[in-house]
Amino acid sequence: MNYLEHIGKYFMMLREVFKRPQKWKIFRETLFREIEDLGLKSLGIIMFISFFIGGVVAIQTALNVDSPFIPKYLIGFATKRTMILEFGPTFTSIILAGKVGSYIASSMGTMRVTEQIDALEVMGINSLSYLVLPKLIATLLFYPFLVLIAMLLGIIGGWVAGNLTGLFYTVDYINGIQLDFNPYYIKYALIKTVIFAFVIATIPAYHGYYVKGGSLEVGRASTQAVVWTSVVIILLNYFLTQMLLG
Amino acid sequence: MIEVTNLNKSFGDAHILKGVSAVFEKGKVNMVIGQSGSGKTVFLKCMLGLHTPEIGDISFDGRVYSQLNIDQKRLLRTEIGMLFQGGALFDSLTVEENIMFPLKMFANQNKKEMLHRVNFVLERVNLPGLNKKFPAQLSGGMQKRVAIARAIVMNPKYLFCDEPNSGLDPQTATVIDNLIQEITAEYNIVTVVNSHDMNSVMEIGEKIVFLKDGEKAWEGSNKDIFITDNEVVVNFVYSSNLFKKVRESYFKESK
Repeated sequence: MNYLEHIGKYFMMLREVFKRPQKWKIFRETLFREIEDLGLKSLGIIMFISFFIGGVVAIQTALNVDSPFIPKYLIGFATKRTMILEFGPTFTSIILAGKVGSYIASSMGTMRVTEQIDALEVMGINSLSYLVLPKLIATLLFYPFLVLIAMLLGIIGGWVAGNLTGLFYTVDYINGIQLDFNPYYIKYALIKTVIFAFVIATIPAYHGYYVKGGSLEVGRASTQAVVWTSVVIILLNYFLTQMLLG
Repeated sequence: MIEVTNLNKSFGDAHILKGVSAVFEKGKVNMVIGQSGSGKTVFLKCMLGLHTPEIGDISFDGRVYSQLNIDQKRLLRTEIGMLFQGGALFDSLTVEENIMFPLKMFANQNKKEMLHRVNFVLERVNLPGLNKKFPAQLSGGMQKRVAIARAIVMNPKYLFCDEPNSGLDPQTATVIDNLIQEITAEYNIVTVVNSHDMNSVMEIGEKIVFLKDGEKAWEGSNKDIFITDNEVVVNFVYSSNLFKKVRESYFKESK
């Protein structure tokens, strides 16, 4: 199957996904379960990674701008900008593409090969809407919070690293954070996050839903889902950055 | 009654079903048999609406599936119960939630009524008290019985079973066969069983359709299958020495 066919099939899948849920009560129950599975269960890894990346960015910046002509507050400024503009939305999404993307593709792929999706269809249930829509809404609702937490913890991580290494003072770091703060950058990051959340929920769902074969194919679909989700996020990041900041 | 007329289905160049017609009656266990690759599963999936045939019609008590709109198709599907080969129970749900799932989706009942119905069908398949277990905690036979419970919870008019005995020991397979037969008679439903288990065919096959290379090669009952001289059927059904001996003794007794 060529790329154009895949793209067409993906958009046809989306058309089915956006059909009205058959029972709102069931949809609500599933949505809360997905928020827990796809959102809350990712909180730990995102907090851990963002805290340490923030620390590393601050240390790297401090070591590379070790010149009397460059003010120390630039360390806090660079860490803040890195966390808000790129690490928060893009790299958090790449991490989620790996963690959540493989989960979505493999769980749906397993449902396909064990005929659970057929069972839904035979019952008269729109399986795409039932399975994918709650995942999509869960990621759209929850990932902006996740990204905001990642930004905050990254900045805190930078401050902690500075304190532990003695490379810069708290006062300089806080000055850097406050310097040239543009609220639009937060908006920019959240716009990107919402778009990436859509990609993280739908591309792995596509790979999982249409899998054919057995466990080996489910594994392959899971890998492909992570690869393609990451590729699409990186490409979209480029175009969105041009459009929103250019 | 389910009436299948001139069903044709292809996948690419492979012509899987070639003009199959059959009638499946109410209150009877109708069996579709044939070798692996003969088109049994595709035939069943066409009847369930999971595959769309290129030519041919399937009529459910006069309602021609291809002529129904989406809502009518959804309504018809709520009248269908299906037992999949592997059970197809939802892994993330308990036995109770699995069985309750169609009720939650389609029946306007409160929690107490739904629970009462779930317990009733669990009793019916001889698995009372397993409500809170997950499918992975059950044996293959138990999973099949839970799947039967889920298939009948909505009081279906049509019950489809795909290889209900595959992977089961002979004793458990007999339990499943008996259950299917009892439920068919009790609820007076149209049951279509896809199988190549000859024990089942002999035991419960009140009407048998034999498929070979995507065509209907023979049809009759489990009594007719003893006396048929159709070479293709005889070669398939009596391929084992045990069944050959059973057939010989049947002829000796009838003489």
